[in-house]
Amino acid sequence: MLRSQEGRESVELFRSVNVDWLGKKWYFLLFSMVFSVAGIISMGLHWQKIGSPVPLGVDFRGGTQIQVQFNSAPDINRIRQAMDAAGIKDASIQPIRNLDQATSNDVLISLPEQTNEAALDAGREQIMDALRSHYDSSIDTKNIRNVQVVGPTVGKQLEKQAGLATLYSMLGMLIYLWFRFQLIYGVAAVVACFHDTLITVGAFALTNQEISLTVIAAILTLVGYSMNDTIVVFDRIRENLRLSRRETLSDVVNRSINQTLSRTVLTSGLTFITVLSLYVFGGQVLKGFSFALVVGILIGTYSSIAVAAPMLVAWQDWRAGKGKAAVLPAAKRAKA
Amino acid sequence: MKKNLNSRIALIIAVLVIFIYGIFGIPSGLSGSALLDSITKRIHLGLDLRGGAHLILQVVVKEAVSDETDSAVGRIQQDLKTASLTYSQVYKPNPLKPDGSGQPELIRVEGTASAKSNDIRSLLDAKYSNEYDVNGGSDGSFTITMKPLVEQALEKKTVQQAIETIRDRVDSLGVSEPVIQEYGLGDNQILVELPGIEDLDRVKNIIQSTARLEIHPVVGGPYQDEQTALGSVGGALPADEELSHFSGMTGSDADSIYVLQRVPVVAGSDFRSADPGTSANGLPDVRFTLTNEAGDRFYEYTSANVGHAMAVVLGGRVREVANIKSAIRDSGEIEGSFSADEVATLSKMLRTGALPASLNYLEDRTVGASLGADSVKEGVTAAVVGVLLIMVFMLVYYRGSGINADLALFLNLVILLGFMGFSGATLTLPGIAGVILTIGMGVDSNVLIFERIREEVRAGKAPSAAVDQGFAHAWVTIIDTHVTTIVSAAILFLFGTGPVKGFAVTLTFGLAANLFTAVYVSRVIFEAHLNKLKPGELVSI
Repeated sequence: MLRSQEGRESVELFRSVNVDWLGKKWYFLLFSMVFSVAGIISMGLHWQKIGSPVPLGVDFRGGTQIQVQFNSAPDINRIRQAMDAAGIKDASIQPIRNLDQATSNDVLISLPEQTNEAALDAGREQIMDALRSHYDSSIDTKNIRNVQVVGPTVGKQLEKQAGLATLYSMLGMLIYLWFRFQLIYGVAAVVACFHDTLITVGAFALTNQEISLTVIAAILTLVGYSMNDTIVVFDRIRENLRLSRRETLSDVVNRSINQTLSRTVLTSGLTFITVLSLYVFGGQVLKGFSFALVVGILIGTYSSIAVAAPMLVAWQDWRAGKGKAAVLPAAKRAKA
Repeated sequence: MKKNLNSRIALIIAVLVIFIYGIFGIPSGLSGSALLDSITKRIHLGLDLRGGAHLILQVVVKEAVSDETDSAVGRIQQDLKTASLTYSQVYKPNPLKPDGSGQPELIRVEGTASAKSNDIRSLLDAKYSNEYDVNGGSDGSFTITMKPLVEQALEKKTVQQAIETIRDRVDSLGVSEPVIQEYGLGDNQILVELPGIEDLDRVKNIIQSTARLEIHPVVGGPYQDEQTALGSVGGALPADEELSHFSGMTGSDADSIYVLQRVPVVAGSDFRSADPGTSANGLPDVRFTLTNEAGDRFYEYTSANVGHAMAVVLGGRVREVANIKSAIRDSGEIEGSFSADEVATLSKMLRTGALPASLNYLEDRTVGASLGADSVKEGVTAAVVGVLLIMVFMLVYYRGSGINADLALFLNLVILLGFMGFSGATLTLPGIAGVILTIGMGVDSNVLIFERIREEVRAGKAPSAAVDQGFAHAWVTIIDTHVTTIVSAAILFLFGTGPVKGFAVTLTFGLAANLFTAVYVSRVIFEAHLNKLKPGELVSI
């Protein structure tokens, strides 16, 4: 019987958990498949309709930029609400002034629109209508100072580079894990990351939200987070494998997950709360960004237990099935 | 053991002070507004968070067309000579003038033998009809015009190239994260948005300077003024020559003018590299090397013109005139009255590629935060609430050790922001995503250590042994997770651009800070706590 610390009650969840995680792997697989396939189908539908798997924001598509001079000092918040009320999602609203002016009533409103001549007029009409109905009914053409088409901030070049950079970084992580653990660990971790990215992007497709540059940053964050989580579990597995030669791999993996469960729930829970707070209180413009993080953290935690760990065991079983020696328990004498 | 602890605590406090300096610099006062002032000076916020300068540039695409036809003139002359077809001149009847007028797409070949018309026709057709329309005149002359579609494609390409070059120049460290995009429909305009406008003039200079380096054969000079110069060529400038002013050495008050051949021997993209160096007399100069093909051309020219003069023309002005003493192949120096700064800027401009054409400034304003100042405020509030919640939770769940975790988290943020202040990197929303990941991993590190210590305590170990073992086990995991993520961040920094880079920068700084606080600082605080424990008392965790 454990001596309690001088009668003090320490707050502790998960003191002795003993869940058979690997036993549930088929449920996990089903869950993952359902969401992956749903995401893929949704992305396919989007691709057919708009030419890209997910709705893309102004950063990727470019759009129309309209400069409006208001009759009095503009209230950015109310302008944004006016845009929303008129159904114009994702307008970027920036006050603008000349360097020699102390103040100005000018505002730049950028809409993701198609970039052609007709769209300029359409864009101008749309903005004027929205402002007239929901902001200030005296707005008319004289308030529109300039209408221009802007190219995308992320040209094809940047897109390609960002994509390549991410792939290379995954490769880098795989190599490091290969060196510290074994190849299958690296592969399993990277597969888990891909799984997380797929489901998160699928979530955007399913909920019809736009992907902007900041969402890309959020996706990079969730990859990092998922890796972190997966490595913690792997580390425990490696340690336990070294200590015990008689248990089966499944048992070791299960025990490792249970031992790290307390830490996993805590860290994920805390990070999740921060990100949730950002989603709820962070304002409308950050919604895409915080949505990616909210989904990403949940899925990242899930994938370490449900995707990465079972992959190790599955690989072991497959090799055993082919008559090859069990590779994992006789793991390299990894440095402590 | 107590002595050891004091020096370690001193080290931690020193680190804290250094990075607080990184954030604030030396503030003018301790009031709230003075501190806020010094922070905003040190830590640059990106366009999405604070807004900045809004510049609209026009690319003078006709210059690119002019360059292309200049080189076509040279090639046509070469081709005709090789085929032994005589001509009196190949030139541009209406070249591009400084005010932007002219028809740079027109080339004329004159004075050919009418007997050879067909031969010349077929030669020109064979080599140039893809890009040019060849029309024969009655008097043995030909007019060669660049096809409109080709001209348009060239103009588009020029704008794209200008965008890439500007990006390279403005963002050489990759940390200032400007916005550069095409603007307007078909007007060849570029929008550049830069966070903050402190040294806008210097940035404008870097962006705009064409820094076209060319080497022209000198026909005559130096002359005192334009009349004398024109007088030397019989009053009117031939079509293949031009006047250029000498931007003289300091101290020389007379402006001088040279008559140069219009078509340069080597120019622009012929330069493979350019670096700052020191000349024989100790002054800063620029050393350049040419590409192989250009090197061959240069060698041919210099060996055929020993004793003649050639002019190094920079941004349209003659920088240096040298006599060709012997054949030069592919490397040289440009000396002049340069300052070290000028030489560095010049080398960079030459390296990042000459702009394909000049840029004119159309507009020059400031814009507010693209995310919206309201969103920034909301986001900051939400983030602060989140972090406070974490801190409170750690205190409740881990009791005494929770203070440890909270201190580590606080120190983490100070070090991270200090790094940003020292490095001058720009903080954007993707950068903040990196900060969020860092906070997550920081919390994780602490939780790993604490959970391990709890396990050891549960297994019955004495306090100091439990802390020892807890750290020892957790250390392996912390190293693995952090190194993996740092590897990933380094690769993202090397290969990514814009927001990806910003993310990588804050992530790397944050993880480095994390390794320090989670292991070193935490350990020291635990040791201090252990030192104060009475025998039989247990760790507060």
